[in-house]
Amino acid sequence: MGTKLQTTESWKIGDREFQSRLLVGTGKFPSVSAMRSALEASGTEIVTVALRRVDLTGHKDPQADMLEEIDQDRYLVLANTSGAMNAEEAVRLARLAVAAGLPKWIKLEIHPDPRYLLPDPIETLKATEILVKEGFTILPYINADPVLAKRLEEAGAATVMPLGAPIGSNRGIETRAQIEIIIEQSRIPVIVDAGLGAPSHAAEALEMGADAVLINTAIAVAEDPQAMAAAFRLGVEAGRRGFEAGLGPTRKEALATSPLTGFLDE
Amino acid sequence: MSGTPGDPLEGLPFARSAAVEKFEDWMFGSTRLEELAERARLETRKNFGRTMRLFAPLYLSNECVNTCKYCGFSKDNPIRRVTLTPDEVEMEGKHLAGVGFRNVLLVSGEHPKEVPVPYLAETVRRCVGLFPSVAIEVAPLETNEYREIVAAGAEGLVLYQESYDRAAYAEMHISGPKRNFDERLEGPERGYQAGFRRIGLGVLVGLADWRRELVALAAHVSHLMKVGWRSQITLALPRLRPAAGGFQPRVAMSDRDFVRSICAFRLAFPQVGIVLSTREPMRLRDGLMELGVTMMSAGSETDPGGYTGVGKGRLHRTVRGREVALEAGEREGAQATEQFEISDERSAVDLSLALRKRGLDPVWKDWDRALVG
Repeated sequence: MGTKLQTTESWKIGDREFQSRLLVGTGKFPSVSAMRSALEASGTEIVTVALRRVDLTGHKDPQADMLEEIDQDRYLVLANTSGAMNAEEAVRLARLAVAAGLPKWIKLEIHPDPRYLLPDPIETLKATEILVKEGFTILPYINADPVLAKRLEEAGAATVMPLGAPIGSNRGIETRAQIEIIIEQSRIPVIVDAGLGAPSHAAEALEMGADAVLINTAIAVAEDPQAMAAAFRLGVEAGRRGFEAGLGPTRKEALATSPLTGFLDE
Repeated sequence: MSGTPGDPLEGLPFARSAAVEKFEDWMFGSTRLEELAERARLETRKNFGRTMRLFAPLYLSNECVNTCKYCGFSKDNPIRRVTLTPDEVEMEGKHLAGVGFRNVLLVSGEHPKEVPVPYLAETVRRCVGLFPSVAIEVAPLETNEYREIVAAGAEGLVLYQESYDRAAYAEMHISGPKRNFDERLEGPERGYQAGFRRIGLGVLVGLADWRRELVALAAHVSHLMKVGWRSQITLALPRLRPAAGGFQPRVAMSDRDFVRSICAFRLAFPQVGIVLSTREPMRLRDGLMELGVTMMSAGSETDPGGYTGVGKGRLHRTVRGREVALEAGEREGAQATEQFEISDERSAVDLSLALRKRGLDPVWKDWDRALVG
């Protein structure tokens, strides 16, 4: 890989600067070593970890030692509150994570429905308001709802993370029209999270102007997670470079080669 | 199957939803088993990743007031019985936590006097410090009783209907409170109302025509998904195993049909967990690891005190509801009688190795008590 591929613009969440625009989740991997090599190949700087999978008691439980396997000098660990059904549960979990020595950065996930894991907008806003006041950097997972995105921005969220499709569905950006509005209106980074199943989906998100994407299932359940992570890295970089290069406007119909209003110049 | 006279859903308060029809198509349609298995494998991966959740049962008591034809704990079986004290439950729990388990299922026979709700709640409290995740599998309780168990710290409820066929159910459950079919059927919903987060449904394969039972189970799952939309649902299809009483299955299900059932459930209910216990033999358990199963037990003992030998001193028999001491010669080395014989006898460590060999990551902890306070 030539150094040129590293030259996309850096971006910021709060005051912290990042080069990579690919966030990677740590669930569903076939083994710890497969996860580690995938993280390496993805070039990611931000790694999400489900708090319900790790030991929060401070006993370093060897049966729940995911955090021991992630180099925290190298990656920013973004704890997620998956499993929480309401604001109260998410807030409690976030506070415990900090008490257990994790950074004060939380990917806020509140999905009361365990099947499609769709986020509860009301509880998410409530929890954001509470945690922001406590000094947390909050990255909320939301449905692709532009008004909610603005409300969260006003409440002090560091980013918004709208879903492309339900978690694990690999269906790509089904919420495109709404995400376009979110990107257009947002003053904080927009990270497309969930549902991206192929590197081309990631490229598409970045081409649209999303600041970053978060990928988990598509990498973790691939036949070769490491190779898939590398592919996503390229997809993200291609999409971002396309965006920075200034994509031409798209239209559905072909332009007539002889302009219809050409007579005006005659 | 739908619309025929003898509809498996007749008399059940469940609709034939689209998911149930899907299940029937996969189960009874012409799709080849190999194709079904391949689809099920991909669907499992997508929804659950390349992982397997592990749990262990912990038997509290084999006392029971019910007479049921198929169950080793049946009241009239002259077996060795005991109810563990909360201290003994804690010792069993410590053993299981030491082996590596972080998800425990407390199991008990039904005995309002020996195993009352406050006792169950106490055993849950004893386990809460040892396991991030605690579930119970006991007789159906009332909503306020379930609330007591939830308040004690359990978040999982397992309540198998055994049979959805009212006639077979009445025939199998000869006496005792378990005869009440509807009380049991509505238990999972009461549990949901009381705050359980994980709810396990199931049918005991072998009591009635399993084809009809599976359709009814699918309808129950589908119903609970709508009513209890916040709950994480699992299902299981335990096949009858040899047990005290020597009951023989009425309608046996072949291994092939068993595998097909797991795959069909996976495809009709992609996000529903499927539990596979040590009742099934190793060869089958290994084969099913990737085909839809998401949760397995290992190294299980199905008698109270089975892990550490606690409670031996109080072993007794029950004859017509009265406790009878064991004969002198009987005590030596005796253990409580198990509910059924397990088949896959591998330890948790060996099962983990087998999972890894198949590219699956064993997951011990997938829940944190902090979520519920």
